[in-house]
Amino acid sequence: MSSFPLFPAAAERRPMASAALPSSSLIWERLAAVPKLTEVRPASRLEVRPSPEMVSSGIREMDALTGGLPRGCLTEICGAASSGRTSVLLAALAAATQRQEACAMVDVSDAFDPVSAAAAGVDFERLLWVRCGAGRPAAERHKNTAHGASRGYDKEDLAPKGRKSVEQALRVTDLLLQSGGFGLVTIDLGDVPFQTARRVPLTSWFRFQRAVERTATVLFVITPAPCAQTCASLLLKVSAKKLSSVSCQLSANTSLTHAQLLSGFQVQGELLRSRLERKPVGSVTGAFTTKAVRIVG
Amino acid sequence: MPFACIFVPDFPVEAWLRTEPELRSQALAVLEGKVPLQKVFAVNENARRAGVSSGMTKLQVEDCPGLVLRDRSCSLEAAAHAALLDCAQSFSPKIEDAGPGTILLDLAGLQSLFGPLPKIARDLAKRASALGLESNVAVAANPDTAVLAARGFSGVTVIAEGQEAEQLGSLPVEVLFAEKPGDEEWEQLLENLRRWGVRNFRELAALPDVALSERLGQSGVYLQKLAAGKISRTLAPVDPPLVFEETVELEYALVLLEPLAFLLSQMLQQLCARLGEWSLATQELRLELELQNGWQDDESIPDCVGTGALARPGRAQARQHFSRTLHLPVPLLDYKTFLKLLQLDLKAHPPGAPIRKIHLAAEPVRPRAAQGGLFLPPSPEPEKLELTLARIAGIVGENSVGSLALLDTHGREGFEMRRFAPGEPQEKPDAAGNSDDLVTALRIFRPPAAVTVTLREGKPEFISCAKRQEIRGEILWAAGPWRSSGDWWEQEGWARDEWDIAVQHEAGIGLYRLVRDLLNGRWLVEGTYD
Repeated sequence: MSSFPLFPAAAERRPMASAALPSSSLIWERLAAVPKLTEVRPASRLEVRPSPEMVSSGIREMDALTGGLPRGCLTEICGAASSGRTSVLLAALAAATQRQEACAMVDVSDAFDPVSAAAAGVDFERLLWVRCGAGRPAAERHKNTAHGASRGYDKEDLAPKGRKSVEQALRVTDLLLQSGGFGLVTIDLGDVPFQTARRVPLTSWFRFQRAVERTATVLFVITPAPCAQTCASLLLKVSAKKLSSVSCQLSANTSLTHAQLLSGFQVQGELLRSRLERKPVGSVTGAFTTKAVRIVG
Repeated sequence: MPFACIFVPDFPVEAWLRTEPELRSQALAVLEGKVPLQKVFAVNENARRAGVSSGMTKLQVEDCPGLVLRDRSCSLEAAAHAALLDCAQSFSPKIEDAGPGTILLDLAGLQSLFGPLPKIARDLAKRASALGLESNVAVAANPDTAVLAARGFSGVTVIAEGQEAEQLGSLPVEVLFAEKPGDEEWEQLLENLRRWGVRNFRELAALPDVALSERLGQSGVYLQKLAAGKISRTLAPVDPPLVFEETVELEYALVLLEPLAFLLSQMLQQLCARLGEWSLATQELRLELELQNGWQDDESIPDCVGTGALARPGRAQARQHFSRTLHLPVPLLDYKTFLKLLQLDLKAHPPGAPIRKIHLAAEPVRPRAAQGGLFLPPSPEPEKLELTLARIAGIVGENSVGSLALLDTHGREGFEMRRFAPGEPQEKPDAAGNSDDLVTALRIFRPPAAVTVTLREGKPEFISCAKRQEIRGEILWAAGPWRSSGDWWEQEGWARDEWDIAVQHEAGIGLYRLVRDLLNGRWLVEGTYD
């Protein structure tokens, strides 16, 4: 600790009127010599944080809207049910697996549809699917069998929207981010009630954001409404705008009004927040159309 | 041609000290025989100083203060001997198994690789010590001289060619007979030599050979040549099978996982050290536990291994076996990773009874030679990934984590979970997003929600669901039906009509897949389009 006096004359308690004020250059010289102050960098010399690498989300319009998905950041897609969020998720997974990256899907509600994912082009060999709330760990099962009576698997107790699934998902996400090496880690909270999703502590989101910082991992979260708050570098809201269907004509003379198939719907995306570019909220929107898949039996 | 001999004195004791190194500073005696006629079979130096010697009964020694007693374990000795063989083979391909705890090596041509003979001998001793065995190492121009020197002198001994008689001269004659203890003919020979006042090798070598052969026969001449270091022979090389196993028998049954983990850690360290000697790794670990029945599970003890029938007095405690096999995605050689994986596996699948014996085996394979590319996409490290998957399985269940594979069926839930093992990434250009390939994703309800549907002119008009309040109301739009069926040749055939419906709810319009099971007439909502 330096006791270097800045104003040596002050120690002598000279009257103010007769004190000789040191010149400003002398003051700056003396300030620069104070060890603690020399460790403080002036703002002009602070390192500029490099902008994150952007990767394709698999949707051209969305890439044009957001610039892609940023690596080392948390991206949140929010929207109501049937708004197109899961279609966006599958497109991102397909793009990441086609880039030969290992991906992880933390499925809080166990709602993942393999058929839709296969149609979207997801490479299952590179996708780790974690189904929260789908079953009980073996240790718990063994505890119950100790006395010869098993309660069995009661699906009502392990409702996918329950808090236990969310807790499992948070723990699993921690493990996946600590393990590292994944190009894309997705957390699907789409079917979790907003009251439950909102209860995820901000510290958890902050911890996830810090865990992916300076890594090549894209953390992608689907929520019913914005939950990650300032921890999300990119916040996109999606909503379904228009249904489209294809009519089937059974014969030349008859056509049933309900003999039609869902062919897809138009999704509109609105960029609510982007730390990567400063844009006013609500000013940037984009739209894309999805296509329904039917299994031809 | 120089030969080296590694000799582990008090080998049964050293075999125990290899698994319990904390006993090295104490007096330790190994007992053999059936209860209650057990006798001391081997002792270490501390026990010898305390007055304990081989042949004493258990009753005579059990009151000796500070003396630790252990029963002789053939499995431990076999594991120790195998470790010694591995150590020897890491130096020379030509070795001879000269008995428990004794290995001969041919050092011809190795000086240019490992340095001068004294250095090779010191390195041998150091390598054996790293495997938990304190040994004597001797180097001589012929194998038998090397064996005698290793048995007689402690530490590292190097006998130059031509100096055998002089250097071995001070050894007591009992060293000559240590190879065949209990042999009557040799006991008689030793008795004769003692009666004649022959105490050491020098005195035996100095005896006239003709007179010696007349009194003791060819055995006496052979012993004299051994004492003089004049026997020359070739090694009988062995090519031991590559078996990497460790076994520990416990005096008291283990009830908790923590002490089991401690023992497993030591066994894994030994296995990895032995694999490392051969420049090998392992991709499969087999753990076999011998359990003891007749114990009651105590739920108050956390991480308890025991569950089983209530113990009954007088009931014979039968033993049963418990085995687990760990398959690793890539060859590994990190004992900490193996230990963690075993711990997680045992926590998920506890043995079910106290443990009396532990057997651990590793399947040797060549280590992987992976070279990461600078421009390849990121991929998880196999060691970390394996641990992470094991931890995740402990949280969500084994069958709830992995990659999936679609089955060749159009039925519901036509997929199976598999082990997640992403292949090595290869350089591929970044594929740009193509909106034409976007599909409408379906979110599956597991289990599907049972609903009540009102039809009008064959078309769903109103829907209500008891468990999902949002699926209730007038159906704004319906598309279908799309009929599918399958597996009619199996007992679990299915047939269904699918409808895509739009229902108004608070947040907007929800799109659902409505299914009618044609076999039982039930209406279900299978999922929502999102």
